Parts: sequence; structure tokens; C-alpha cells
Amino acid sequence: MAQIRIENVRKEFGTFTAVQSSTFTIEDGEFFMLLGPSGCGKTTTLRMMAGLELPTSGEIYIDGEEVGQKPASQRDIAFVFQMFALYPHMNVGKNISYPLLSQGMPKDAVKKKVGEIAEILGITDILNKPVGGLSGGDRQRVALGRAIVRDPKAFFMDEPLGALDAEFREHMSEELRALHDRMNATTVYVTHDQLEAMQMGDKIVVMNHGVVEQFGVPQDIYDWPATMFVANFLGSPPMNFLKFSGMAGTGATSVKLGDSEISVPELRAGTSGELALGVRPEHVRLSDAGQVRGEVLATEYLGTTQIVTVRTAYGDVKARIASDVSVKTGVSTGLDLDARTLTVFDADKGSALLSEANEGVLNHG
Amino acid sequence: MSFSVTEPTNRTKWFAGIAVVLYAVITIIPLLWIIATGFKSPEDAIAYPPKVVFEPSVEGYVNLFTSRTRVNEDAMAELPPAETWYEELVREKGQTISGPSRYGERFLNSVIIGFGSTILCMVLGTAAAYAFSRFRVPLKDDLLFFILSTRMMPPIAVAIPIFLMFRNLGLNDTHLGMILLYTAVNLSLSVWLLKGFIDEIPVEYEEAALIDGYTRFQAFYKVVLPQAATGIASTAIFCLIFAWNEYAFAVLLTSGTAQTAPPFIPTIIGVGGKDWPAVAAGATIFLVPVMVFTILLRKHLLRGITFGAVRK
Repeated sequence: MAQIRIENVRKEFGTFTAVQSSTFTIEDGEFFMLLGPSGCGKTTTLRMMAGLELPTSGEIYIDGEEVGQKPASQRDIAFVFQMFALYPHMNVGKNISYPLLSQGMPKDAVKKKVGEIAEILGITDILNKPVGGLSGGDRQRVALGRAIVRDPKAFFMDEPLGALDAEFREHMSEELRALHDRMNATTVYVTHDQLEAMQMGDKIVVMNHGVVEQFGVPQDIYDWPATMFVANFLGSPPMNFLKFSGMAGTGATSVKLGDSEISVPELRAGTSGELALGVRPEHVRLSDAGQVRGEVLATEYLGTTQIVTVRTAYGDVKARIASDVSVKTGVSTGLDLDARTLTVFDADKGSALLSEANEGVLNHG
Repeated sequence: MSFSVTEPTNRTKWFAGIAVVLYAVITIIPLLWIIATGFKSPEDAIAYPPKVVFEPSVEGYVNLFTSRTRVNEDAMAELPPAETWYEELVREKGQTISGPSRYGERFLNSVIIGFGSTILCMVLGTAAAYAFSRFRVPLKDDLLFFILSTRMMPPIAVAIPIFLMFRNLGLNDTHLGMILLYTAVNLSLSVWLLKGFIDEIPVEYEEAALIDGYTRFQAFYKVVLPQAATGIASTAIFCLIFAWNEYAFAVLLTSGTAQTAPPFIPTIIGVGGKDWPAVAAGATIFLVPVMVFTILLRKHLLRGITFGAVRK
């Protein structure tokens, strides 16, 4: 198992830049998520690590060795494809044994190893079946079997649950995570599903337009987004932005939204112009004493909680509150924002202003 | 758009069945006629009205494989008794066998040239199609169009330049020359067909093989080729049928050593009268290899014909 280091990696396809100068480190044994919308460069980044694409520039280190320009076959890694890519002309056992055969492992040893893997994945009974008739979950398991069978330095997975039914995804994601914990293998996992990323990942890189927006542990990224894109991409519903223009000075502990003064964590950097105050829905409370006022537009019932949309002078704000509180649409209400959780964004640049609350998170990456 | 799919009624099934059988019979009649003529005597073959029921004879086949000389009755009487049944058959017609005919050689030429060009065409076609399908080839679209443009006129339109070229290169009437020629004519078709087949194979299979520690070439022949077998087989049938049946170039460019069966068969007419049964026998035997080849690969052929019609 190995640490993977990406340094200033860049990929261009003709005039299109898929990945712009990205740098991050994946520690040994980490379950690492590459998260972003489609076309953001996450899959290209993964394929460069795997050697299926060669970077235009930059270095990729796997286990301390620079492999940027090496073909995939020499990197000793395993890859699980979204469509699984099981060899259709071979049966399950042959599929799993295929990576071992390329290393010239003797037949007996191959058979033993395949048996062990089948045991772990619970697919011993289908080893002799053709892959054509398998269910999605079994295909997934065979694909995993083919990946883990030769103890590679790292696992790369490209939306491996994307082809499964919603119901089954849940189950497979648990299985995947359990498998990772058991093997403790460095795993890089591409997904566009923020929930999946937060559920499964030890660390997350959020990418957009080929740029790494932020990387860190899920909770840090969720609580203290470095950019408005990240704030908006994570969470469902995403972070609210109250847009206003004005100024936020270094050392300030509040910002002015119209007439109301709203406390924020002490700012370590300042700017003026178009600003946005970011607050997660769960940190908004309906309270007549609230500093910001608005009119209830809609409520969505979600079981234990409900989402209340309130139209304010600074944009619509969604609040997640207990579902037993009765809220009527059309009613005027005040909003109370939890001061300790707020982030002030420079709306022109889209980036968060450093504050005493988020500097710990934002300075390390 | 949606289509309602209902089970056809028994009556429509019945009508459809009759239509198919009728059409099959009509198309197969010339073929049956040729096969039947091969087993007629020369007199029956030109009888009017044509005979559907006749006494079978293998004279046509004997004549096809032998060359004969006519002898008068005195000379015939002096000959030692016939040793074989076919010698006897020939003598009844006032002839003796002077040796084997050239049909065997011509048939062998057809086999060498037909299968040789098909194999070469498949090797080159698969490699080219794979490259067009998978790699960033500069001017890919222009090249593909350029390849196809060789099909925009009948190949025989360029017969004269090819004839002159072959004469200068010493390729006239050689197996190599004919193999190269048929390969060149068929290559555009095979590249296009095979590219379609290879395009349909997800690139992930090869990538999986690359990850699994195989080289690109190993990935190609261990993973792509088995997947493309259907396409290769059906393309091979098309190429073989063309090369096997080609007449115009064969007449023009071969006369002896490398002459194929199609230009040879008509020359049988005129050796001792219009020997239609021998011609028909030659045509019948000539049918066999392509028929066998096609039957062996027919599963794939069906898929080849309907290829592209069904998306996964």
C-alpha cells in the first residue's frame, strides 16, 4: 500500500484544459474521494493516476516513485470501472484470475488466491458462471475481486456505484467501506454524489472546471467551505447565501446587512464590494427576534425535519427545522443565524474570507 | 415514438410463411438448375422442352476433370480394354482420356487467391480499424473518406492502369498480384465494417487489461479480438465472396499460372461441342467452398447484416 502524491499535474486535450495544475496528497490507507460535477476533471485526474491518460505536465508519485509517464501496466494499481468492464468472454473465476495470469503466477497459486477472494466477497458459488447473466451487485463484486486479487499498491474507482439501483447502492457502499477498512488499502474514489463522498470518504477533494477547489476531511469541507462553489455543491439543500454589498474589515466581528448588524466569527481578512453571508440551513432558526426578516414561501416535509424557504431582501433562505413546528406559507418571520457557523464570502471572487473559525481549515490546504 | 408489439395472428403467420418459401424457391431455382444440369447428359442438357426428369449421368464431371481426344472406331478397337469406369464412359462417346484437365489447378488458384486475399485483408483491416477506432489519428475523417472513395467507382474502371502497373511490376498472372489486388479492393469495405464493430466494444475492456498488467498489444489480441470475432467473421465472408467470384480482373490479368476458376469455366465450352454439363459441374463444385465457409460462419453473418440495427 502506498501514499500517492499529485504535484502540479495538468492535462490538456488539444486546446481544452481538463485539469489545471493540481496538487494534493493521498496518505497511505486513506479512502479518498474526488468529488465534483460532471466535466470537472475528476475522472481525468483519476485516469492520470492510473496511467490511462498521461499528464501534459506535472508529477505523480505512487509509493515515492515518480510514475507520471509510465503506462498503467507498470504502476501496480487496480481500477474499478463504472460499467465494471468485466471481460465478457470469460467466466467469473477467469475474470478474477486475469491480473494474476499476467504476472505469470503458477496455476495452483492462482486458483487458491481466487478462492480466497471469492470467499471474502461471498461469490464462491458463481465462480464458474459467465459474467453475462450476473446481477449488478454480483458484477460489482466480481469487479472488486479482480481489483483486490493481486494486492495492488492502490485502488482507483470511477463511480463504481453509479450503475447500481439506488436501493442497492446503499448496501454496496457499506460493503465497499467495510472492504476498505479490512484491507486498509489506499483507495481513490471518483463520484459526483456529495452524500456518497461525505459518507464514505476519509478525505475529499472538490474539483470544478479542472481546478481543485478544496481538499480535506468531510466535516471541515462541509462546515468551512473555501469557496462558494464548494458551499453550494455540498449539502442538500446547499448553504444559503445572503447577498449584500458593503465592506468587511479585518478584525471585524460583524457585518451589516441593511440596518441589521450580524455577528460573525472574527475576520482575519477584509474586503469590500459584493459580499455573501453563507449559512447552512440547519443553522437558521425561525424566531421573531431574528435580525433578518422575510416571508415564508414554501415548506417541504422530510420526516424528522422540514425545509422552510423564506424570501428575504438578500435572497431566498432555506432553514432546516424540526418538523413538529407548524409554519404557514405567507407568514412574515424573523431569521436567527447561528453566529459561530457563518462564513463571509467575497462574492466577486467566490472565495471565503478568512476568519478565526475557518483559518485552521483553510490554511492547511 | 412507440410501437405496439402484438403477436401476429395465425393467418398472417401463414401468409408470411408462404411468401418466404415462395421467394426462397424462386431465388434457388437457377442454383438447382445448375446443379441438375451438371448431372445431365449433354443431349438432355440442351433438350427442348427442358427436361426436369432425366437419367442422371456423371459425364459432365468426368469431362470437367479430363481432357479427351476423339478416336475413330478402328483405333478404338486396337486400344487395350478400359481400366477405369470413367475411361469406359468416355470411350462410349468415341473419345479417349488424354490426361487431367486444368480445372483442378484453376480451382486451387481460386482457393489460394480467395483465401489469401481474405486473410491479408482481415489482418490489415483489423489493424487499421483498431487504429481508427482507438487512436487519435491525424486527419482521421479525411483518411476514412479517402479509403471509402476507392469504392465510388467499379474497380474495373481502373483496369487499364492496373494492367500496365502489373505488367511493369511483373505481377501479371501471379498469385501474389491477384492477392494484392483483391486485398486492395476489399480493404475499404473491411476497414469500415470492422471499425463499426470495434467502435461498439467499450474501451474499458482494454483499459481493464492494461491495468491488469497487460501490454496494449496483449490487450488487443486477448480482449479486443475475441470481442470482435463476430465482426471479423462476417467481414471475412464478404471479402471472400468478392474475391472468389471476381471475374473481370481475373480475365484481364490472369491467363495461365494464376488463372482462377471463374474465367476458366466458360472456356470449357467449345472443347468438343457445347459441353453444358461440364460447365454446370464446374460451377457446382465452385460453389462448395463459399457455401461451406458461409454455413460455418452463418451465425456471425446474420449479426453482420443486421449490425448497427440494434443498440444495446
